[in-house]
Formats: sequence, structure tokens, C-alpha cells
Amino acid sequence: MSSLQSKDLLGIKGMTADEIKLILDTAATFRDVSERDIKKVPALRGRTVINLFYEASTRTRTSFELAGKRLSADVINISTSTSSVVKGETLLDTARNIEAMKCDMIIVRHSCSGAPEFLSKRLKSSVINAGDGFHEHPTQALLDMFTIREKLGRLEGLTVAIVGDIAHSRVARSNIYGLTTMGAKVRVCGPPTMMPPGIERMGAEVHYNMDKAVEGADVVMMLRLQLERQAAGLFPGVREYAKLYGLNPARVGRAANHALVMHPGPMNRGVEISSEVADGTPVILDQVTNGVAVRMAVMFLLSGGSKAEA
Amino acid sequence: MNIIIKNGHIIDPANKIDGKFDILASDGKIAKLGKPGSLSAGGAQVIDASGKLVVPGLIDMHVHLREPGFEYKETIATGTAAARAGGFTSVCCMPNTNPVNDNRSVTEFILSQARDAAARVYPIGAITKGSKGEELAEMSELREAGCLAVSDDGKPVMNAAIMRRALEYSKIFDMLIVSHCEDSSLSGKGVMNEGVVSTELGLRGIPYAAEDVMVARDLSLSELTGGRLHIAHVSTAGSVRLIRDAKARGVRVTAETCPHYFTLTEEAVRGYNTMAKMNPPLRTANDVAEIKQGLRDGTIDVIATDHAPHAMDEKSGEFDYAPFGIVGLETALALSLRLAGEDVLSIAEVIRKLSINPASVLKLNKGALSVGADADITVIDPDAEWTVNASQFKSKSKNTPFNSCKLKGRAAQTIVGGKV
Repeated sequence: MSSLQSKDLLGIKGMTADEIKLILDTAATFRDVSERDIKKVPALRGRTVINLFYEASTRTRTSFELAGKRLSADVINISTSTSSVVKGETLLDTARNIEAMKCDMIIVRHSCSGAPEFLSKRLKSSVINAGDGFHEHPTQALLDMFTIREKLGRLEGLTVAIVGDIAHSRVARSNIYGLTTMGAKVRVCGPPTMMPPGIERMGAEVHYNMDKAVEGADVVMMLRLQLERQAAGLFPGVREYAKLYGLNPARVGRAANHALVMHPGPMNRGVEISSEVADGTPVILDQVTNGVAVRMAVMFLLSGGSKAEA
Repeated sequence: MNIIIKNGHIIDPANKIDGKFDILASDGKIAKLGKPGSLSAGGAQVIDASGKLVVPGLIDMHVHLREPGFEYKETIATGTAAARAGGFTSVCCMPNTNPVNDNRSVTEFILSQARDAAARVYPIGAITKGSKGEELAEMSELREAGCLAVSDDGKPVMNAAIMRRALEYSKIFDMLIVSHCEDSSLSGKGVMNEGVVSTELGLRGIPYAAEDVMVARDLSLSELTGGRLHIAHVSTAGSVRLIRDAKARGVRVTAETCPHYFTLTEEAVRGYNTMAKMNPPLRTANDVAEIKQGLRDGTIDVIATDHAPHAMDEKSGEFDYAPFGIVGLETALALSLRLAGEDVLSIAEVIRKLSINPASVLKLNKGALSVGADADITVIDPDAEWTVNASQFKSKSKNTPFNSCKLKGRAAQTIVGGKV
């Protein structure tokens, strides 16, 4: 396989191992571009990419913007605070107006699950899901898999523990789909109040005890805790949460010696991850670096590029 | 004005009639039933019902006509036209209009708008003022104005003490309380059934317990007070079991379900299909099986549509933001007749749950082809095969999950007060 057949990237669910591998391999070739003095290749020159963000984001939006610019695409950012969204225009009307200005690719982040899929069915442009509700965040899972493969040399046969608020995490869902497709074993761990029903049917092993979940794991992937979930009664307090589900040096010690500590950011230091652990691992910032390369690969491949040209 | 319906197969469960008879209607009333060929009347309009079923006019006790306030979704004129197209001669309209039907003037407005409507309209008033769940609405006034029951449908009465008082107070008139059973602290911001599918789609779930605990509460309150309770739109296996137990010990409760709850499951939501978004939500195959069992054993008395029209613009967009509800008047009969095809119910039992049973629950002198009764008659072609085409609906709104479905069985004529 050397190119992607689909118009859109909406989720990892349904992707084949070959497709995932193609994106990761292509990303590896783009990884070097960001290390050069002139961080630009002409691959998408003349193409227009719109970042349509209905939810606040710094990291992901910047990463997509840099990815587009390093591919020489023209990148425009639209975020809720500056757009017609506040005037009450519908999602579809907004997207159709953007498309009427002839763009090639729309990158959508939305707090409603399914919003990118809704647009993809109605627009000719490629749609990339930059995170929708609690559904999927495919480029995050791809950059996580890229990072794991880069550090540990493979994905197959690894054990990955994902810890935190699984119920409200699109990162967890995309990683479960991706990692299991690539032959890794996934454990999900968090309080039962944050464990969605039937998650085991997606191929993950469910744990409520973090010590057991990280035991011998090759990767410990921490999720951000939304502190406002406390008000909804999902956990009694930050102190108890940190005690039960926070990653500290003792728990890192339970994982495999070579274990990677990962976090999609932004981190709540002292809550889901202790500063000692956060500052002791270079991987979390490598994830961010790799994010640009992976998004370059996705944009390039969806624009009809093939690995040989990359 | 006389009408003779000839050669049809009459099914009138209330009068235990199930066979070939002709029927004569005069001046809007049923005048006579007789052996085929035995009836004649001068200048009568003759309807040949060979190969067709002739049944009491169907009654839908759970419809949202949207007028006043939401005429862009539906009006009393378009909603009753949809009812008639679907074989319904009478509908009850829920009070969640704007303004809410919580007082005599709104009821009177609805009835005046319904005067020339295609089907009979029986308003249901609100349990509480503004359906806010705080203070009882004036039940006597509503009843005198023409409301057959009260309900805060669309919203639960969350305060158990208010529901208790409503059930107690209703005993003055033996007024029916129709309960939308949903514990909103459990349903929260949910948009579909909580389960495997909601987990995969990343949508907020509504657990079955949100319905079950409220059904349990209201059954207990009905038992405590002796108030007459009707559970609207049963969607869970748990509700069926709770109602079954309550009936067995003599609680004054009746129940309805809707065609979508015995036809579809949460799987219909995949692809973020807003046409499959309703409240209560579509549940699981296990719930569907128990609802069918409840229909079979009589736990569920009534099939109603919960016809809930919404404009296409509202249903087209983010799943989270789409309003709950689907239209049902023009598909309900064929979907209900499927139950006969699946041997869940006999055709006569299907007709019973669409006619005499809702009439009995509402204490409405309808739902039977008795001599002297209003000539509300539905002629059904049970073999008509057709494909749902929402754009052809008489309803102003087209929000159905059954578009393009192939169905069998359809109203051929719907006669209201002797008028075809």
C-alpha cells in the first residue's frame, strides 16, 4: 500500500493495519523536515486548508497549522470566537460557505461527536477529524503510535495501559482501535464512574486498580482529568483521584523497565501525573514534535500523495 | 347521507366481531351491520371493501400537533391530515405547545382550530402550570374545557410530592394522569441509550434506569393514592416488568408503547442518524423482546405514536443539538401490523390496541363499531405493499427513521363521522 483511498480521516475505527502503517511510515519521512533550517516542502503548494475549530485548542490547532504550512499549503484558521458561529449559523451553512471559497481540506474540531462525519457526507472537501466530542481523535492516536514505534521499535505484542477518564476520552477510543489493530494489548484503567459501558467490546481490558493496570506495561498513557467532572459526582476530589489514579514514581516502577510515559496534554501536574514523572520523561514533548509529522503525512496522503513521493 | 361498506372483513374487538359483514352508516352514526349483501339504503355511497379489513377508527392517544406556537413543525390541520392518512380518526394532542395547554383558553383555542380538522382532536392538558413541575394546573377547568387527561409530556414531573398530589387530586374527576417517566438527574444531557453503541459513538447515554426508577415511583404513588396512571411511551424491559407486577396486584395503571420501540434498536443511531433520536431513546434487542412480550400478555394496553414533528433544519446538524422525536402517524399502522406477521399479536389484538383500548383508557365512547356510535371507521388494505416516502407525508415534518422502508398494510379509507 502506498496511498490512501479515502477522502476523509474521521476515525481510526475501520482502518486497516496497512493503512495505519502507511501513515506512520510516511510520517517518518516528514519527521526530518521539521529538523531542517528551511522547514518546508512544496507538496501541497496551491492547496487551501481550513482549520475549523469549534472547541478551544492550542496544541492541536497549532500542530495542524504548522503541518499545513510546512507542506506549503495555504492555511486559514477559524475558531468559534471569531466566526459566524456566534451569530447562530448552522454547522452545515458555515462549512458550505467555506467550501464555496474553494478549499481542499477542512480540519474540524467540535465538541459534538459525529460533527466531522456529518460534514464529510455533505462536502466535497477532505475532512480531517481533529477531535469530536468523546468519539475519536485519530491524529492523536496516530502520533501516539508513531512515538511508541519510534521509541520501542514496534507496536505488536506491546502492553499499553491507558489511565484516566476513559468515558469522556476520544484519545482513549482512537488509541484502543489503533493499538489493537496493530497487535498491541490495551488495558484501560480509571474509576468505574469514568468507564463507559461495553468498552471491553472494543478490545480493551478493564481495570479499576491502577497498580495492576500498569504492572509490566510497556507504555503508560495518562489522560487529562477534567476537573469539572468532580461537580458531576464522578470522583470525590482531586486528592483521592491522585492517590488512586495518579502516576507517581512508585507506579512507574511497576511498569516495564523500558516503559514509556505518555500524555496527550495539557497536563494537570499533581493530579493525574506527578511533576517528578512529567519532568522525568522526554516522551511527552516528543509526542508533540511527532504530531506535526503525523499530521503532515495525513494531509499529504489525503491529498492524493503517495509514500514514494513523500 | 348514507354509506354502505360492503364485502369487508370486520374486526371489532370490543363487540367480538371478526368476520364478513356489511356495515351501514347513516347521518354520521353506525346504523346497522348485516350479512354481505343484506343491507341497502337509498342513495347510499357504496364502498367495496373486498379483501379489506373494516375496523373501528384508530385512536392515537399520544400526538404532538405543535399548535399553538410551533406551526412551522406542524399545525392542527396538517397533523390531523397525517392522522387521517394513517388511518387514525381521533388523536390526543399533548400540551407542550407555546403557550403550554395548562388553562382553558389554550384548550379552547385548540378545539376551535380543530373544528374543521381531518380527524377528531382531544386535547390533553398539563399536570402542572407551564409543565414546570411546580404547581398543579387547574384540572377541573381543563376537564370542563375538553381535556381528556393531563400530562407534562416531554418533561417528567421530577418532584415526587407534586406527582403524588396530582394523582390524589385527579380522583375528584377520575382524571387520567399520563406520565412521561424519566428521572432527569439520571438522563442528564444524554442523547441516546447508554450502552455499547453510545460508548462507540462517544455520545452521552441515557440509562434504562432513568425510565425504570420513575416508572417504579409513579406506580408506587398510584398505589398510594388510588389515582389513575397511564405510563407513556414504554421503552425498557424494566418498565414492562414493573408495570406487569403492578397490574397483578391491582394498581390502576395502563401503559402504551410506540411502534419504534418494538421495531428499532439503538443500532439505528449509528452514523449519527438524528432521525433515530427520540426520548425515551431506542433501546436494545432485549428491551424490544420484553416490550413484545408485554404487548402479548396485555401489560401494554395501547400502541400510540408519540408523533413528534420537527423541521428538517432542526434535525440536520450535530446529533447533540437535534431535537428529540419522530413523526409516526403515517407509518404506525403498517409497523403495528408487522406484530401480526411476527405472531406477537393477532390482527384483532393489534386493532384492539389501536382503538378500543385507548378509548377505554381515555373513557372515550369510541373504538367500537356499535350501532348508534359515531361512524368512525378505518378500512385497511392489509396486503398493500408500499415504500415509505417521507416527502409524500401529509405531516408538515418528515422526520422519520422509516423513510424508504418497505411496509405492508395501509389505510385505504378513513371515515370520520360518516365522511370519507
